[in-house]
Amino acid sequence: MTEMNEPTRRELFSLIGKAGGAIAMYQAMTALGHAAETQFTGPPKLSPARKGGSVLVLGAGLAGMVAAYELSRAGYKVTVLEYQDRPGGRNYSVRGGDKIVEVGGVTQTVGFAPGNYLNPGPWRIPHHHRSLLYYCRLFGVELEPFIQMNHNSFVHNSKAFGGKPQRYKELAVDFKGHVSDLLGKALNAGALDARVGKEDKEKLLEALRSWGVLDKDMAYTSSLRVSGQRGYDKAPGGGVDGAPTPSKINSLSDILDARVWDQMSFYFNYVMQTTMFQPKGGMDMIGKAFAKQLGKAIRLNTKVTKVAQDDTGVTASWEDVVTGQKSETKADWCVCTIPLPVANQLDLQVSPALKAAMKAVGYSTQCKIGLEMRSRFWEENYSIYGGHSFTDQTIGLISYPNNNMHKDGPAVLLGAFASDARGLMLAGMTPEQRIETALAQGSVFHPEEYRREFLNGASVAWSRIPWILGCTSRWTEENRSAHYQNLVALDGRFVLAGEHASYYGGWMEGSLLSGLDAITRIHQRANVA
Amino acid sequence: MRRIWRYAAPAAALAVLGMAVAVKAQDAPGGGPSNVQVSDEGKLVYEQICQACHMADAKGGGGAGAAIPALANNPNLAKPEFMIEILQKGRGGMPWFTDMLTPAQMAAVITYVRSHFNSYPDPVTEADVKRFAAGAGHKPDCNCAQ
Repeated sequence: MTEMNEPTRRELFSLIGKAGGAIAMYQAMTALGHAAETQFTGPPKLSPARKGGSVLVLGAGLAGMVAAYELSRAGYKVTVLEYQDRPGGRNYSVRGGDKIVEVGGVTQTVGFAPGNYLNPGPWRIPHHHRSLLYYCRLFGVELEPFIQMNHNSFVHNSKAFGGKPQRYKELAVDFKGHVSDLLGKALNAGALDARVGKEDKEKLLEALRSWGVLDKDMAYTSSLRVSGQRGYDKAPGGGVDGAPTPSKINSLSDILDARVWDQMSFYFNYVMQTTMFQPKGGMDMIGKAFAKQLGKAIRLNTKVTKVAQDDTGVTASWEDVVTGQKSETKADWCVCTIPLPVANQLDLQVSPALKAAMKAVGYSTQCKIGLEMRSRFWEENYSIYGGHSFTDQTIGLISYPNNNMHKDGPAVLLGAFASDARGLMLAGMTPEQRIETALAQGSVFHPEEYRREFLNGASVAWSRIPWILGCTSRWTEENRSAHYQNLVALDGRFVLAGEHASYYGGWMEGSLLSGLDAITRIHQRANVA
Repeated sequence: MRRIWRYAAPAAALAVLGMAVAVKAQDAPGGGPSNVQVSDEGKLVYEQICQACHMADAKGGGGAGAAIPALANNPNLAKPEFMIEILQKGRGGMPWFTDMLTPAQMAAVITYVRSHFNSYPDPVTEADVKRFAAGAGHKPDCNCAQ
């Protein structure tokens, strides 16, 4: 046996880098499982701050708190001013007894049982969001699996199957079966000979037969083999009556009406791929863990009204919304993480280019509704454990809880997750109308149980949440090329951070990466200044 | 025309919608297009879309030192182009609505808001909206001029 002297990975990358340049090296690293994840390579290694160096952070969401945490570690004196009476920002969970106050004063008091919650903002964490996972681990935030993909949940399309929801597995298996059948026929008819060589054609036909579960004639037909993927009419059993019977496949036309490719492609999205996580007990466990580290550095109930800056530092004017006290806080630098719809309207002494950039970012609106049900009927009666049932109705989907499976007692189901026009339609309703809409539309999946088991509900319509007036930033290629660099640039002694200052808009990972990048630049500037 | 997202939307609009779904990086419900229709009637467009932020009485509101502007009794609306421009380009936290409303729906809701919540009775037409959209200096999806 010949023994080869294999290069180490590092040597290999270096060789490829020399031969093919940085792009080849990046591709090679990606192929070997490196470099493809977020841009997080570990917490910033900030050299000790200058004696007495100080930073003012506006907003105690994840961007602000990660900035404050790492700056404190480097020795800066850090103050965080937060408008709300809790830290966390959109890292938020609502529980029984909580009040949700909307613009205009409409108030919901949440009625969930102890231990139950709704995550109105972020609710799922991709396995590649390394900075978020790093801080969860660092602070001991316990994570559990978030059931993203469930083959046994439903797909409802009001224009297909007479409006009757179908199991995802049946639709998806039928879709790939019919597509394989047709592609195989095209190949065998020679229709693709100009594109596919003889050897590849044979391999592809073999792949289609296997992947599409085609029969001996390369046709997609009902069979026990196909039922081994889409499910049986009578499932395999034991003893004398153990033999299964096959289920009947749907026609191509019905499958196309159902548009199941929308769900199938959804699960292929980089940010939607399994494995996903959620914190045990609610998403806000992350914000709480950060806040615990920061302790008294966070001043709650503090409404910032103005930020001025000169060559020597920044001054924020603020008002305590509980006591009415008005005061100022000075620091060498300011990291502003206030969401842009609010920050836009504050008196900020920043450059016109930054102001223009802040106004160029639109915010999307989303609406989530939590419905507390008396029992976990989706588990007992439907064998659905976590995951989502999709619908083309306003509510978008319902999603089943990932915790406490197989247990008794009330559970909170996500009764709506609507964005774009659907999100606006739900947001424009009263809280009572939203619940009624969620019950009426969600009943399509579980008609017997949905209203019968319903106990209470709560909704968060982000456009009506006074401290943000929207949900997440929306960039287009046009406004990103015109404004993004201006938005993230250090403007004198002032810098923005948050999901809006990232390429991971709407994700906690974007907030963290933006916060870390902002303070790294401040620290570099502070050490030069 | 009435925009029925799934079936009746013009091919070009569908392509745009499809693209928006594909490139959207933020967390989203997923699934497919909606069967939900935005009305052609100005009053209903207002109720379905606008009042999510501007509130049912069009008086807006806020809290954290910032507010969604009132549309009721708003002198800016005297100029018909004001609302056309904002619906086309967005402003501040308000996104553009070119991927959600047709020019006809925009015209209908502008006419409704200007006449019902204000006293500007002259209608804004679909042609007005289209003329503005085609006009020089308009950059789609980018309120760069501010």
